[in-house]
Amino acid sequence: MEVLDFLLDPLRSGIDRRALLELAMAGSLCGALGFWIVTERLAYSAESLSHGLLPGLVLAALAGAPLLLGAAGGALAAAALIAFASRDARIGPDAGTAVAVTGLVALGALLALAPDSPQRLEELLFGDPLGVTDGDLLAAGLLLVLGGAALAALHRPLGAVAFDPGGAAAEGVRPAAVRAALLVLLAAAVAVTVQGLGALLVLAVLIAPPVAVRDYARTPARAMLAGAAVAVAASVVGMEVSFHAHSAAGASVALALCAAAALGAGLRPLRGAARRGARPRSPRRAQAAQGR
Amino acid sequence: MTAIEVEGLAAAYDGAPVLTEVSFEAAPGQSVCVLGPNGGGKTTLFRVLLGELEPVAGRLEVSGRPAYVAQTERTRLDFPVTALDVAVMGTLTHGRWWLPASRSDRAAARAALDRVGLADQAGIRFGELSGGQRQRALLARALVQDAQVLLLDEPLSGVDPASATLISGVFQELRAEGRTLLVASHDVESARTFDLVLCLNGRQVAFGRPDAVLDRATLEATYGHELIVLEGGRGAVTVQHHEHGHED
Repeated sequence: MEVLDFLLDPLRSGIDRRALLELAMAGSLCGALGFWIVTERLAYSAESLSHGLLPGLVLAALAGAPLLLGAAGGALAAAALIAFASRDARIGPDAGTAVAVTGLVALGALLALAPDSPQRLEELLFGDPLGVTDGDLLAAGLLLVLGGAALAALHRPLGAVAFDPGGAAAEGVRPAAVRAALLVLLAAAVAVTVQGLGALLVLAVLIAPPVAVRDYARTPARAMLAGAAVAVAASVVGMEVSFHAHSAAGASVALALCAAAALGAGLRPLRGAARRGARPRSPRRAQAAQGR
Repeated sequence: MTAIEVEGLAAAYDGAPVLTEVSFEAAPGQSVCVLGPNGGGKTTLFRVLLGELEPVAGRLEVSGRPAYVAQTERTRLDFPVTALDVAVMGTLTHGRWWLPASRSDRAAARAALDRVGLADQAGIRFGELSGGQRQRALLARALVQDAQVLLLDEPLSGVDPASATLISGVFQELRAEGRTLLVASHDVESARTFDLVLCLNGRQVAFGRPDAVLDRATLEATYGHELIVLEGGRGAVTVQHHEHGHED
């Protein structure tokens, strides 16, 4: 009973309950979406987008506007700037993107560190799940419902494009349109989830769950469900740690997510060894063993 | 009556022409072998026929939407799908892409897998199949589409003999059903078994029956220094330079 009390302690606080609800709703969508982000090798794009929207967040905070609005505007502006910078063939897309994102983060920091800035920079960078508003919860709920519906509707085209873009195009699927839809979903997920985890840590909930379940799920649907489950479980663990250790909630959840990814990756060789051990012996090896 | 009719076709990427002067036609039930070196325009021709690339000149008519069988190298082996899932992808041409595959879609996919001899491997991950089995799974994906015209990109390249025999048998059945096959290949000798041969090297070098087209002069014009003519002129092989990810 003592252990149960210990575990349920955070839920007795209304603030923690709301934080957990926010993280569970947004995290489960991000955990599922992350499978396609990792499969389409868009992790760097996700990182660039989540970091590059910082000026939008800061401007919204300075103007007293909803952070969601700032995040959405920041994501759009960041996407446009990154697309422009990455087109310069002289320096290459990676370097162009890196310069654009660094510039945007610096601009955000410059704005946030102004003397009349009402919100602390660290909350925008590292998030504040304990400070979620009713509006944030509504946005997370809408993200889960609408984003989930979009993922379900796009499931077959996404699979066909990921498996073989040429074959998908021949079947009437437009790979560029499918990838554009995926990027729109990514931007929406980042804009909503950044409220809880901040511009620097939001990437963890998008990338860590699919990395954790990679190679264990036999179908994309199972990988998405498992990714969502990992995101929710890591949110619970992170909030428990934050409550009992008095650590920053956003960072605790992000660390729990990364630990899940490391655990999933670390167990992979053991799973491979177990499979090899379970494999039937070849006739030659069986004969050799009998002869011993 | 023709299944494919192409006249004076030219295609370009970013304004630079890569294929010109292509004119040929094929009737229902005919098979056409498309020969040419890497970069000769085989894949570009397929992209135009599939409607992915707008021709910059000429006209073409294709009977319905063609089905396409890509090279297995262009697929993601680490993507978690089974042979059945791959065959089910072919039902995307039926529309309703936003809905899960229906029971009849899955039944059609199973029937196609059965036709290519993969009924027992339906539940195996695509990446765990042998090269020949993967090619057969991709063929099943095309069969599900029930297309009148099938475009196949080197379907017998690197395939084990058993799979090659099975795939060739399916080709014969498709021709008997009145379907038209366009098969991109590097194999000059196997081209002799087709009804027609189309030789490309940035432009159309020749088109016609194998016995009229497959002579030394035409093959040299098609392959240049990539062609090795065997002793006595009884046969020829091509030297292939595979460049992954490079448009053909």
